[in-house]
Amino acid sequence: MIEVRDLKKSFGSHRVLDGVNLKIEKGESVVIIGASGGGKSVLLKHLIGLTQPDEGDVLIEGQNIAHMNERDLIRVRTKFGMLFQMAALFDSMTVAENISFPLRREKKLTEREITERVSDILEMVDLPGTENKKPAELSGGMRKRVGLARAIVYRPEIVLYDEPTTGLDPIVSDSIDQLMVKVVEKLKVTSIVVTHDMRSARRVAKRILMLHEGKIHVSGTPDEIFSSKDPIVHNFVNGISEEKEHNF
Amino acid sequence: MINYARSAVTDWFEGLGRGGILAWEAVCSIFRGRISSRDLLYQIYFIGIKSQSVVLITGAFTGMVMCAQTYFQFHKVRMDTATLAVVSVSMASELGPVLTGLMLAGRVGAAIAAELGTMKVTEQIDALRTLATHPVDYLVVPRIMGTVLAMPLLTAESIAIGIGSGYVVGVYLLDIDPTYLWHNMLRYTYPQHMASGFIKATCFGAMLSVVACYKGLHCGQGAEGVGRATTEAVVYSSITILISNFFLTMLLNQMLPT
Repeated sequence: MIEVRDLKKSFGSHRVLDGVNLKIEKGESVVIIGASGGGKSVLLKHLIGLTQPDEGDVLIEGQNIAHMNERDLIRVRTKFGMLFQMAALFDSMTVAENISFPLRREKKLTEREITERVSDILEMVDLPGTENKKPAELSGGMRKRVGLARAIVYRPEIVLYDEPTTGLDPIVSDSIDQLMVKVVEKLKVTSIVVTHDMRSARRVAKRILMLHEGKIHVSGTPDEIFSSKDPIVHNFVNGISEEKEHNF
Repeated sequence: MINYARSAVTDWFEGLGRGGILAWEAVCSIFRGRISSRDLLYQIYFIGIKSQSVVLITGAFTGMVMCAQTYFQFHKVRMDTATLAVVSVSMASELGPVLTGLMLAGRVGAAIAAELGTMKVTEQIDALRTLATHPVDYLVVPRIMGTVLAMPLLTAESIAIGIGSGYVVGVYLLDIDPTYLWHNMLRYTYPQHMASGFIKATCFGAMLSVVACYKGLHCGQGAEGVGRATTEAVVYSSITILISNFFLTMLLNQMLPT
């Protein structure tokens, strides 16, 4: 369903992605792990056409979106929902307006149906009764829930999550993890999560891909990854840094 | 030094090209009928209604100063009653559209660049794109159309209040005969002056909104990027208005002779 072939991307002289190859099947729940600044979010943005690669192909259901123009990409993006790292809620709108935004743009539902759909989705993300709040009045965890509600309200086939638990306390992170699992089970979507939260990765993933030095270093089930003897994978999943000499 | 100059020139042409592409995309979007009337009405309200005070104050005091300065010179050659005609022609063809354009560049141009810039750095524009919405359709077109529609109306207000306040200063402060003052104003102000002012206002509205939207959408990272984009939007749109005013004056003088 999603295939990435030999994807390369540089920012200035810094090569972030250096020949990424991956395949994700329909309905899979994949987590991409890797060091901060290692290109995970850049890879995720390539999957939805927010960034264009220097080289390589990104195929969504056989359609190459790597160098598609913005107007054509709009049609492809209706298949996607995306939760951003900082939720990226429209701060001039209320929670209900944020969530109903894609429904209103589609113009397929009546006002009553939109209100019902918003209310149902807020119930699903455990935020009932917050319709009239502004994003500034919400906590970090609540914003992410609203961001997720907005990403799934129009029932996309693929949901992308960019660092969904970053900056949240363990309890809230756990609730977001549960929500991601619930979304996959209830809506039968393909889920692609970018994170460096290993607890979250283990809980959400059916398959884990590790991005290292611009390439997919390893791919496997959570059990395979967490028991890997590969020093790069082992050090990363166990949070072991290389010792460095400090001359203070 | 040569490399720096070459890079600056390249950047300038690149910016000009991107701004041109943005304007073209906006025109295509308008003709494809992708405008939301609700968003357009909000922009007309924000740009038109909320700019009233600044435009009216600018127009009124410019008309008053223009009247006083013209009178001080004309009085020496006993042409007092021609004072308001000068105010009227100046306000209609030059001062009205230019000053309204500059005031809107400061108020609206800065607001547009800051809003779009903040949306860009907080990934709200990327979020829009993931929600299958083209930023030009949703953000740029209502702002350009709102400014283009509001500018001639605000300019008309500015011209009217400028002439009115000039009249008040002339009659009540400078003791000019009101009948001749008004008669000469009507005699020497032609419809071409008004048309020229409205055409200029429409062009300035388009220019300042395209520059502001472009600067907002292409702003750098963080608070510094938004700040720089806002400043550049005001400076570039003001300079664009002043430079294009000269060429528009020459062109319209040929097209609309009096």
